[in-house]
Amino acid sequence: MMDQSQDEFAIRVRDLVVGFGRQTVLDHLSLDVRRGEILGLVGASGGGKSVLMRTIIGLIPRQGGTIEVMGQPVGGRKEGAATTWGILFQQGALFSSLTVRQNVQFPLRENLELSQELMDEIAIAKLEMVGLRAQDADKYPAELSGGMTKRVALARALALDPPILFLDEPTSGLDPIAAGDFDALIKTLQKTLGLTVFMVTHDLASLTTVCDRVAALADGKIVAIGPMRELLQSEHPWVRAYFHGKRSQMLQHEMR
Amino acid sequence: MNSEPLLLATPSGDALKLRPEGPWTAANVSALETLSRSVGAEVDRSRVVTLDLSGVSALDTLGAWVLEKLSRRAASSGRSAEFVGVADHFSGLMDEVRQVNRHTPAPVAEQNPILLRLGDLGKSTVGSREDITIFLQMLGALSMAVIGVLRRPRSLRLTSLIYQLYRIGWQAIPIVALITFLIGAIIAQQGFFHFRRFGAESYTVDMVGILVLRELGVLIVAIMVAGRSGSAYTAELGSMKMREEIDALSTMGLDPVDVLILPRVAALVIALPILAFIGSIAALYGGGLVAQFYGDMGPAIYIARLHEAISVTHFEVGILKAPFMALVIGIVACSEGLRVKGSAESLGRQTTTSVVKSIFLVIVLDGLFAIFFASIGM
Repeated sequence: MMDQSQDEFAIRVRDLVVGFGRQTVLDHLSLDVRRGEILGLVGASGGGKSVLMRTIIGLIPRQGGTIEVMGQPVGGRKEGAATTWGILFQQGALFSSLTVRQNVQFPLRENLELSQELMDEIAIAKLEMVGLRAQDADKYPAELSGGMTKRVALARALALDPPILFLDEPTSGLDPIAAGDFDALIKTLQKTLGLTVFMVTHDLASLTTVCDRVAALADGKIVAIGPMRELLQSEHPWVRAYFHGKRSQMLQHEMR
Repeated sequence: MNSEPLLLATPSGDALKLRPEGPWTAANVSALETLSRSVGAEVDRSRVVTLDLSGVSALDTLGAWVLEKLSRRAASSGRSAEFVGVADHFSGLMDEVRQVNRHTPAPVAEQNPILLRLGDLGKSTVGSREDITIFLQMLGALSMAVIGVLRRPRSLRLTSLIYQLYRIGWQAIPIVALITFLIGAIIAQQGFFHFRRFGAESYTVDMVGILVLRELGVLIVAIMVAGRSGSAYTAELGSMKMREEIDALSTMGLDPVDVLILPRVAALVIALPILAFIGSIAALYGGGLVAQFYGDMGPAIYIARLHEAISVTHFEVGILKAPFMALVIGIVACSEGLRVKGSAESLGRQTTTSVVKSIFLVIVLDGLFAIFFASIGM
């Protein structure tokens, strides 16, 4: 039983409680992320989506509940975090004093012992895999456009080939073409590298095109989870409002 | 299943069969590098190289790249290499890796170090002209803002001015008083110690009084304010620039110089003379304490000697310099703040530049004033 659940789920969250002061943000939340799937998480702004992600990766302390990542309970271990998961922060969070190449090499340099030559080749390989050119490697983060910043951040998140990738609003601030390209890129990489992707997003197009399942977070709980089609049928008032609002009408037509 | 990566090489004539086994992943990178190096010579000798991946238990980008690199090495100069037995779930990754690192950018040509130095020298020379221009521009903009305020006194940002006065004036008093007190005490101690040898202890009071009032009081305070408040100004304005707050102000039809810079610089110009005065008094007090406990000179004699040694002129010379130093600190701090570009690194660099430059200019200004006051006989 235990072995099976380990194989099946990349992330298991049980009864998670997180709050700040008197305010409870996540209230006995449970969520399973299957191995090799792309899970999209939707929720109101300020509703705790990013809090959930940051709690799973250990940036925010939890008040109760358990979190298992790849069958291992999370908590207190910072060692080897980079080999377990890669994180794409909303603003990229590239180190501004390092070049693109050094940013991608940073996790390699800190976690592995390998020759400079191999490190350079791996960095360029990662950059090319996310659709950048070798010429971009010597630029500084300040010289990059929004889309390029996200790509470099993705390359850095993938530097150690982690099995799980967390994406915090990966397509926010990108134009529709760049956002579509980025979605396609994530899908391709997920297939090639066999990643499990946990994606916090507001982008209805990404939800429909790349996510295998979508989870809706409202009132501190997961109120609906399943493929996009199922979520569109959901009777929960918030989920209805989210997917049947004016902005979602067009996409909904496409789905039907 | 193997927990260590292996690489079995079976040569047969011209052909070489390589069979990697076990986990070819980033965690075993040093072993992978050793393995791939160890077969390098054999790969170079063979005409046909076959890489049999059927024994690989785990593969990631790094491992795939090491294998791909071996195959590229084997395939160079008209020889051939091929992969066989690639498991289905690795084929996507292998295909991906075959595409990368095909276009190596031309290495940047090494530049002549002497020319590089000369280039830097030239750039900083041109840059210093730009610095002067920016300083003068800021002085001009401030003068215009002051004229605007004089014309319409109600346009002065009084709340902001008073808040800045509180921050850089009132809150700075304890540290300024403490440091100048210690410096006054140290000067007095040195004076007593060295003047004692030729019985001129009483002249220590002259030295302390003149030095503190004319030069040190205001200079030390100006340097401290440059470090404490100038850096804060640069960092504040710099982060406002980074977050486009200053652009937002301009688009609302407000001049950032009126709103942000004038209250700050004006607060400095008002606060620095006051701080210099407080600092000088603290230094004299420190000197007095040392005189009593180290130099055996009672307070009454100390004050009487001070009375003889110093005049209002000495005090005036010191305090007159303060507003000008404040102006220099304020202009440098604010203009460096506005020069901050997008990155956090640039914010740090401009803050450092701001402090270094304003301390340098304060000392230069002090020297100029010394010459000026000497020539007019003050």
